[in-house]
Amino acid sequence: MTLIKSGVPSRDELSTVIPPRQKLEKGPVVVVECFQEIPCNPCETACKQEAIRVPNINDLPIVDHELCNGCSLCISKCPGLAIFVIDETYSPNEVLVKIPYEFLPLPEEGDIVTALDREGKVLGDARVLKVQDGKYQDRTAVISITVAKDFSMEVRNIKVRG
Amino acid sequence: MKNREIAVIGGGPAGLTAALYASRMGAEVTLLERHSIAGGQLVKQTHKFFGSQKQYAATRGIDIPQYLLEEIERQGVEILLDANVLGYYTEDGVLGYEKDKKFHVLKPERIIVGTGATENVLPFANNDLPGIYGAGAVQTLMNEYGIVPGNKALMVGAGNIGLIISYQLMQAGVEVKEIIVRGPIIRGYGVHASKVRRMGVPINTCCTVKSAHGNTCLEKVTTINLTENREPIPGTEREVDVDLLCISTGLSPLTELLWQAGCQMEYVAELGGHVPLRDKNMRTSQESIFVAGDASGIEEASMAMVEGMLAGLCAARDFGYDDGMFNELHYDAIMQLNELRSGEDSEKIRKGLKECLVKEVIR
Repeated sequence: MTLIKSGVPSRDELSTVIPPRQKLEKGPVVVVECFQEIPCNPCETACKQEAIRVPNINDLPIVDHELCNGCSLCISKCPGLAIFVIDETYSPNEVLVKIPYEFLPLPEEGDIVTALDREGKVLGDARVLKVQDGKYQDRTAVISITVAKDFSMEVRNIKVRG
Repeated sequence: MKNREIAVIGGGPAGLTAALYASRMGAEVTLLERHSIAGGQLVKQTHKFFGSQKQYAATRGIDIPQYLLEEIERQGVEILLDANVLGYYTEDGVLGYEKDKKFHVLKPERIIVGTGATENVLPFANNDLPGIYGAGAVQTLMNEYGIVPGNKALMVGAGNIGLIISYQLMQAGVEVKEIIVRGPIIRGYGVHASKVRRMGVPINTCCTVKSAHGNTCLEKVTTINLTENREPIPGTEREVDVDLLCISTGLSPLTELLWQAGCQMEYVAELGGHVPLRDKNMRTSQESIFVAGDASGIEEASMAMVEGMLAGLCAARDFGYDDGMFNELHYDAIMQLNELRSGEDSEKIRKGLKECLVKEVIR
């Protein structure tokens, strides 16, 4: 199933946006899950590293993963909530994933939440490391979670436990 | 009777920018808005906008009217709220509107119609049960008045509005059971679809509502699957227990005033229905009437804002007004529209515009 049929990008579609392995092994890097040419460029505007370029506003974002330092300024600026930052070097067994999140209540730092995949299916537990919810994020909080390394390219949402 | 250079009808994204740029050029402008607050659909659009910085990208729709209104008020635009325009009489150039339960008249030399759109309905058995809403009503209840419209919802339609409102229903704590869509693909942006999918909401294509059930209000909906040619497939009926059915099956331009004013209209399916012929400056076949936003064809708010800018600039230019920036701003507006509509996603819009865009409007 493709994005246009199901709302979830296929493996083939995803393969076009996943950063190269050698970059993932070096540190935090952005994953821009944007697959349709829609007129939009706030990711480019937000990026101070010039790692994301949108030459014509209808182009797909062109990501130079080498230039990305994982700063995460783009996450809350994407109106499609399609940008994530992954740090596979966080610890030997865990990966750090930054996720845009717009639901209340927000989780708190230290909380254990449920990690969900692109279809909302439960992957397992995630620990909340940081919640950024300042003026810059403008009500799109950026939640940093740690999950088992296998989930780095699967986890894209969380469920806060009530 | 009050004379006025320009009347802008509708205080949504198109009307606000039209008023802003017309007054910036130096024209005297009255803006008529039927709601008690200006902003049109923006007042309930809590999501961040697409586009570029010039069209307030990454800003939430709800925050945009205040930026435009501050500027408009500073420039001395007269804003009439709760003012419902009822008719335009071409014989004497009079615009009639209702405000404070009284009928008023205004005689503008130019009119910019930014009346927006109306929602399409879906025919099925019992579609008048309480609990069945148009998507706009759901958004108004939730985001304008803070009223949760139900507990368990079924969304019909997976265009951007259906997807966005499904997401907002979940933000309001409503359980969205599923989204169904008649066609074989999701018409809305993939990113909006992904946002609801990762919340666990299924999107079922080739599926529609067969009937609704309930005694005093909605209790259950029967859905049926469709072939790719939209023929119902007997035996594929399913029952979904919901108390809220939200219909988001598209918009049609709201063009009564343009019809009444005698503007030449054309049916353009790609733009959502009947739309007025217009030139590149958004002037209709009536020299004194401009159009902007969804009333000229269904598109995103970013396009509506730029069309409003163009109509506002050109309506003011008819009086010879120019603050020295006309040429630059006019060029900028044309370029912004070309750019916004240059992508794959706008193919349908480009095709539709070919049918109603005329080089020289016939008078």
